[in-house]
Amino acid sequence: MTSYIGTATSRVDGRAKVTGEARYAGEFKAIRLAHAAVVESAIPKGRISRIDTGAARRVAGVLDVLTHENRPRMADTDKAWKDDVAPEDGSPFRPLYDDRIMFSGQPIALVLGEDWETARYAASLVDIQYDKQDFVTDLRQQHDQAFVVEKPDKPHGDADKAFAAASVRHEAEYYIPTEHHNPMELFASTVVWDGGGKLTVYDKTQGVQNVQRYLCSVFDKAPDDLRVISPYVGGAFGAGLRPQYQVVLATLGALALRRSVRLVLTRQQMYGLGYRPATIERLALGASANGTLDALTHEAIAVTSQFEEFSRNDTGWAALLYKSTNANYVHKLARLDLPTSSDMRAPGAATGVYALECAMDELAIALKLDPVELRLRCYSDRDQNEDLPYTSKALRECYRQGAEAFGWKARKAEPRSMRDGSDLVGWGMATGVWEALQMPMAVRIVLGANGHAEVFCAASDIGTGTYTIMAQVAADALGLPIDNITIRLGDSTLPQAPVEGGSWMAASTAHAIAATAEEIRGELLALAKRIKDSPLADARPEDVALADGRLVSKLDASRAISIADAMRSGAIERIEKEKTNTFAEDKKHARNTHSAVFAEVKVDEQLGVIRVTRVVSAVAAGRILNAKTAHSQIMGSVVWGIGMALHEETVFDHRFGRIMNANIAEYHVPVNADVHDIKVIFVDEPDDLVNPMGIKGLGEIGIVGVAAAIANAVYHATGKRIRDLPITLDKVMR
Amino acid sequence: MIPFHYARANDVADAVRMISADPAAKFIAGGTNLVDLMKENVERPSRLIDISRLPLDTIEPTADGGLRIGALVPNSDLAYHPLVEQRYPLLASAILAGASAQLRNMASTGGNLLQRTRCAYFYDTVTPCNKREPGSGCSAIGGINRIHAILGTSENCIATHPSDMCVALAALDARVRVTGPAGERAMAFDDFHRLPGDTPQTDTNLLPDEIVTAIELPALGFADNYSYLKIRDRLSYAFALVSIAAALELEGGAIKQARLALGGVAHKPWRNTAAEAALRGQRADQASFSRAADILLRDAKGYEHNAFKIELARRGIIRTLTQAAQATPQSQYDKKIR
Repeated sequence: MTSYIGTATSRVDGRAKVTGEARYAGEFKAIRLAHAAVVESAIPKGRISRIDTGAARRVAGVLDVLTHENRPRMADTDKAWKDDVAPEDGSPFRPLYDDRIMFSGQPIALVLGEDWETARYAASLVDIQYDKQDFVTDLRQQHDQAFVVEKPDKPHGDADKAFAAASVRHEAEYYIPTEHHNPMELFASTVVWDGGGKLTVYDKTQGVQNVQRYLCSVFDKAPDDLRVISPYVGGAFGAGLRPQYQVVLATLGALALRRSVRLVLTRQQMYGLGYRPATIERLALGASANGTLDALTHEAIAVTSQFEEFSRNDTGWAALLYKSTNANYVHKLARLDLPTSSDMRAPGAATGVYALECAMDELAIALKLDPVELRLRCYSDRDQNEDLPYTSKALRECYRQGAEAFGWKARKAEPRSMRDGSDLVGWGMATGVWEALQMPMAVRIVLGANGHAEVFCAASDIGTGTYTIMAQVAADALGLPIDNITIRLGDSTLPQAPVEGGSWMAASTAHAIAATAEEIRGELLALAKRIKDSPLADARPEDVALADGRLVSKLDASRAISIADAMRSGAIERIEKEKTNTFAEDKKHARNTHSAVFAEVKVDEQLGVIRVTRVVSAVAAGRILNAKTAHSQIMGSVVWGIGMALHEETVFDHRFGRIMNANIAEYHVPVNADVHDIKVIFVDEPDDLVNPMGIKGLGEIGIVGVAAAIANAVYHATGKRIRDLPITLDKVMR
Repeated sequence: MIPFHYARANDVADAVRMISADPAAKFIAGGTNLVDLMKENVERPSRLIDISRLPLDTIEPTADGGLRIGALVPNSDLAYHPLVEQRYPLLASAILAGASAQLRNMASTGGNLLQRTRCAYFYDTVTPCNKREPGSGCSAIGGINRIHAILGTSENCIATHPSDMCVALAALDARVRVTGPAGERAMAFDDFHRLPGDTPQTDTNLLPDEIVTAIELPALGFADNYSYLKIRDRLSYAFALVSIAAALELEGGAIKQARLALGGVAHKPWRNTAAEAALRGQRADQASFSRAADILLRDAKGYEHNAFKIELARRGIIRTLTQAAQATPQSQYDKKIR
């Protein structure tokens, strides 16, 4: 029988995507569809003293202009506005709720028109007067007001004292600027007025059920009256984990007009959503001359808004990677007059491990040790926070295979010692680490007598390949060709699923499919046994498998009954089962994915122009379900890591509290010319402890460590240590 | 976007008549910059006069051995035209350093001259900007000014002209042919764009009722010794921090004639004839190139985020002149700097 798991299966939704058949939130049609445009605040803080919508209303084709003064009713408690993944502390943002302005770019009016052009033009005519208040948008200015937040990492010993006594020390501050997700698809919602107060909401989101619960709560709707659909998502990277303001506003518009409304944000408006918070990281490493760590201090100060406390774990990663006799971790938040920061690919790790891995490079130089060798000397086989072994940790193998593929042993240690004509050549490396998470979720499988199966789940595929790996797992579990499998996702009425995030979707869906397929198999066996003289009459459930459209005895392959015959015996056309995955509770192991990243840069000696000419990323992440989509995940992450290292920065003018590069011409991400040779290696990592199928997830691990490897390579090339991202040519020339 | 009228011009005279009748109207050809600015409510034309079908899309040799380029020739057609590739490779190279293939397919030659600055404050209607709203103040001075000018600035504006093509045209001594109600006239390329002075809202010396019809290149194309080097924050699809067009005519080891123009450093493509004169008769070596760079940058002034451009321009000038002298022009495909 063909096994699909592990193969390089092409995307099952590829054809739909390249032909345009795949529909996105802003593309769904409705009768009498009205179009909405957002008016944003020009100031970062204050109150709306007067809002004049008269001129906008007079434009032919304008249906209504909603503001805090005339909007339909919305919930008035923080609890009602808290979505599944909202920060625990704080008061979630409520668009158009009242006259308060909390950030520049905040939506303050919604123009509804017969077409988009009319709505957008009328939006420019809304006249707003403000009572302005003092504001602050600069992390460095708010640095001293930062407050400590609790994290799972556990300090031990006296790191300050040990640092002071250490024979080799490195201490430095690193800075990561604000970054925005910039998914290709704009945030959009099409809210269809189904009559009688019922709504169907097509939304760009990473979790339809989160949005459904949130909207029902905000608008006091019965669960059956509001359905959220999101079959395809054109990238989200964390920006779509929380319901974004456009879905609230589009719903508000539909309720006000009692007709269908579409709202598509502009690219500029998407800079008024969440972002990776600017973060200041301080590392203090003290080592013995033999290259073992005596002291490790990691402090992070990250940005949040004035009204919510969003934070992720920047500081705890060292304890997963390196043994240190003494360790101290402090995580702080600084409040700025900005939207709440949010998850963005590998939140916490992308920033925290950047600083950690640059610091380790600097320590290796101080110790005159090869950077890989230092990491091996500090290598930890246990999670130092919880003092637990790992379910698996093939990081040593990542270092070995990555170094070999890269040709690391030919590296000359001295900075500026390798050249290619007018270019200085630098080789740098770093470690990556992320979590292997899994969440409860359910799938429903409907198997027909014709050997076709449909698999239903509310999960989203945000472009990662979820449709494809689910089809592979279902095909193997049901013993059917993959073309006989149809996956249905992104509908809040389907079996429950968490938001798509945290790299947990692969493990969660795979086990839910396996569990449900087992139920199907059990029912088929019961049917098969009813057949007269059934060859499987005595077979136990655990002794049969589904293969090639048949139920087959594992003990005697000649004993088999086709799915069609089994169903015929029961006079049924289909079997339908729904089951939630279950994972054995295991508090005795740490669960993580790891990587080793090796980067080559070539830097023009006079002009400082940097090219990342080679990257090797060796990843240990358990069983790889699909060699092709997995490779794409890591390759895409590496490209993003190049951007994080060299290009990405949301630029603020703190005098205005405004973002000055709110577009993808001036907010730079890598273009093709910036991307050269990227080699992805998946290190073999069998793991029957993490979960029965040994799956760990790949969504995040690929970006962690990439920026550090490049920064370390730039140092090796130029002898210049640049700790503030992005590494632009002027910093190299300086 | 503000509502506007649309009209199509039948010929050049018609276009001039239409623009004369409506001072708030604008010509549209490729629209690659104008439409963006209209979406941002920065440009608010009452009327768009579509000139894209006028017969100004040919490239023809002129009697004096030069080339006449119609104002509506798309940037990509111009860059890949055999006569341009052979005789004016500096121009082809500069065009290919700019924008993306898709934009170059749409953008016209005349429109490239008339593109407006990429200063963030010019685009953001919430912030003061003298170019967008005369008298409101310059937010870039004291604000975010990484991509801004170091030469020819005024206290009213430190914006740069974003074109690559124009830097090559300046170096090649092009002329701009324009037609207005009074008939045709020609301008030296250096006279076309203005410095900001007290009137940063006015980018060029093209009169409001005139239309660009053609660019003329003289016979001398510097096809043997040239280079266009664009230095930017990523390796493609970004505006220049500094770009340099260098062209040399060599005789033995000596420079018979030199041209040097910079982009990304001023409100117009920046040429300095004194720097060129200083190269004339000199050996094509680092010392001469360095002297020329020093002359060109003598009055350069940096601001908070762009002071690095002065040294970057100095090193870039030397590098580009070296590439030109060695006949190893910068490739616009392989991004390694030669």
